[in-house]
Amino acid sequence: MARAAMTERPPGRAAPPLRDLLGRFGLSLVVLLMVAALTTLQPQFFFSRENLTNIARQISSNALLALGEFVVIVTAGIDLSVGSVMGLAMIVLALAVKAGWLSGLAMLAALAVGTGVGLLNGLALTRLHLPHPFIATLAMLNIARGATYLLSGGVPVSGLTPAIRFFGAGDIALLPGTRLETAFPISFLIVLLLYTAVAVFMMKTITGRHIYAIGGSPKAAQYAGINVNRNLVLVYALSGTMAGVAGLLLAGRVNSAYPTAGSGAELDAIAAVIIGGASFFGGRGSAGGVLLGAIIMGLLRNGLNLMNVSVFWQQVFLGFIILLAVYIDVLRRRSMRQED
Amino acid sequence: MAPLVEMRAIVKSFGPVAALRGVDFAVSAGEVVGLVGDNGAGKSTLMKVLTGVYHSDEGEVWFEGRRVRFSSPLESRQAGIEMVYQDLALAENLTPVANIFLGRELTRSVAGVRLLDGGEMRRRARQHLEALKIALPSMTLPVERLSGGQRQSVAIARATAFRAKLVIMDEPAASLAVMEAAKVLALITRLREAGVAVVLISHRLQDVFDVSSRIVVLNRGLMVGDLPRDEATMEDVVGRIVGRA
Repeated sequence: MARAAMTERPPGRAAPPLRDLLGRFGLSLVVLLMVAALTTLQPQFFFSRENLTNIARQISSNALLALGEFVVIVTAGIDLSVGSVMGLAMIVLALAVKAGWLSGLAMLAALAVGTGVGLLNGLALTRLHLPHPFIATLAMLNIARGATYLLSGGVPVSGLTPAIRFFGAGDIALLPGTRLETAFPISFLIVLLLYTAVAVFMMKTITGRHIYAIGGSPKAAQYAGINVNRNLVLVYALSGTMAGVAGLLLAGRVNSAYPTAGSGAELDAIAAVIIGGASFFGGRGSAGGVLLGAIIMGLLRNGLNLMNVSVFWQQVFLGFIILLAVYIDVLRRRSMRQED
Repeated sequence: MAPLVEMRAIVKSFGPVAALRGVDFAVSAGEVVGLVGDNGAGKSTLMKVLTGVYHSDEGEVWFEGRRVRFSSPLESRQAGIEMVYQDLALAENLTPVANIFLGRELTRSVAGVRLLDGGEMRRRARQHLEALKIALPSMTLPVERLSGGQRQSVAIARATAFRAKLVIMDEPAASLAVMEAAKVLALITRLREAGVAVVLISHRLQDVFDVSSRIVVLNRGLMVGDLPRDEATMEDVVGRIVGRA
């Protein structure tokens, strides 16, 4: 009896742990290998505190765009507008500051823009019954970018307040008063907090479970009584909000807003999500994996910069990393299938 | 005895296609009704009208003596009607436990936040599967890695886990090996003994004759036979299935 045979199959149980370990910690392993390689190749530069905090600051915006994109991709959707939304949020932030708004209000306005545009994406998808989120968010990519140029007149807006700079460029002292006192970039701390929050949301709440179910099978979700459309609107709003936060951090880091900010950033965000092990077909992936994906991309850029590799070659390498990451995932899944 | 479910003169069209042309259908508590008919006769459509997946153009649905209008499967599930869909409607990427509790997750409050109670859901799912005599190789693997029979078991476990009064099974044995199909039929008998009404949709007439107490035949959207099991013959039922309605 096949079923009984499967329940008592201890010999077959011996293999999975190693493979599961590889599957679960493969990305961490890649990060460790990259760190080891970079430390060996560039001993005097790479492991310096300054370089590490730089990497952390530089990947913050991409990591947040990827976090929002991840939640969308779990539903088997795509959000092409995140780069434009980030740019729009930055310009709104800078213009609000120039108009004399309090920093807090200006930041809230930028976040509201992100959430609002995300909501529109979700409503366009679910209410207008557009055939695929690609369409709605491609349209929004153009609308938001155009609005960014219109609002800014096509020129950068520089000079933000100390409060906003603090979030993007400031440090916080960890373990103050001890010998281990370290300055930690605030922007990356925000990234870690938001990743933790989203990880708990996705893995431990009813709504998160339903988002995975929708990605696995929209029909199963609907038959189980899940309101699929409401959840879709929610994930696009969340993605827009994350793009807003990413814009805040980037504007704070460079102390300005420029209308081309975030052009093409949606593709980097998608790359981080895919390298991080989420499936384009939905229903799979974890926030932790996506963070590692963003870190891998940051380390790659940093390492190649340190070794004076041109940005053109960097892009080629990134392409190969994406291919490799997804191919490893394909191999892993295939070996799981063969075992059954 | 008043029927548990009574559907009266149900009409449902999809564009120009008349799927149901005024069908009456009733199930009493603890009864197993075989619902048979050729492809396109309207069996699944009739049941999806009952569960709220589809909404009928005309006709009435009564449940436990009250007129009901289920606008979604959520409402029919809350009333106690569960359906095992032909394609199972499982979320392939989730575990058996997550599928069994999909849409009805248990939670506990952690620091004022409602979080999934994975331990309690696993415990109850295991209990329920044991009661159904269903063995799964793992409770933590995604459903896509289970065999056809095991996936069927998960779908049935989900349909029966919440004190259902009526369980509708759409071709539950179609994709199963002989032994596993026999298990499903045994399960239907156990459900009936536990007082649960069952509607069995199947092309396998022998299965239907084995477990049903009544057999209803649909043909091109019309009800063409409602026969007590003891008075039905295979020839008669087949004749009504293939005859011109």
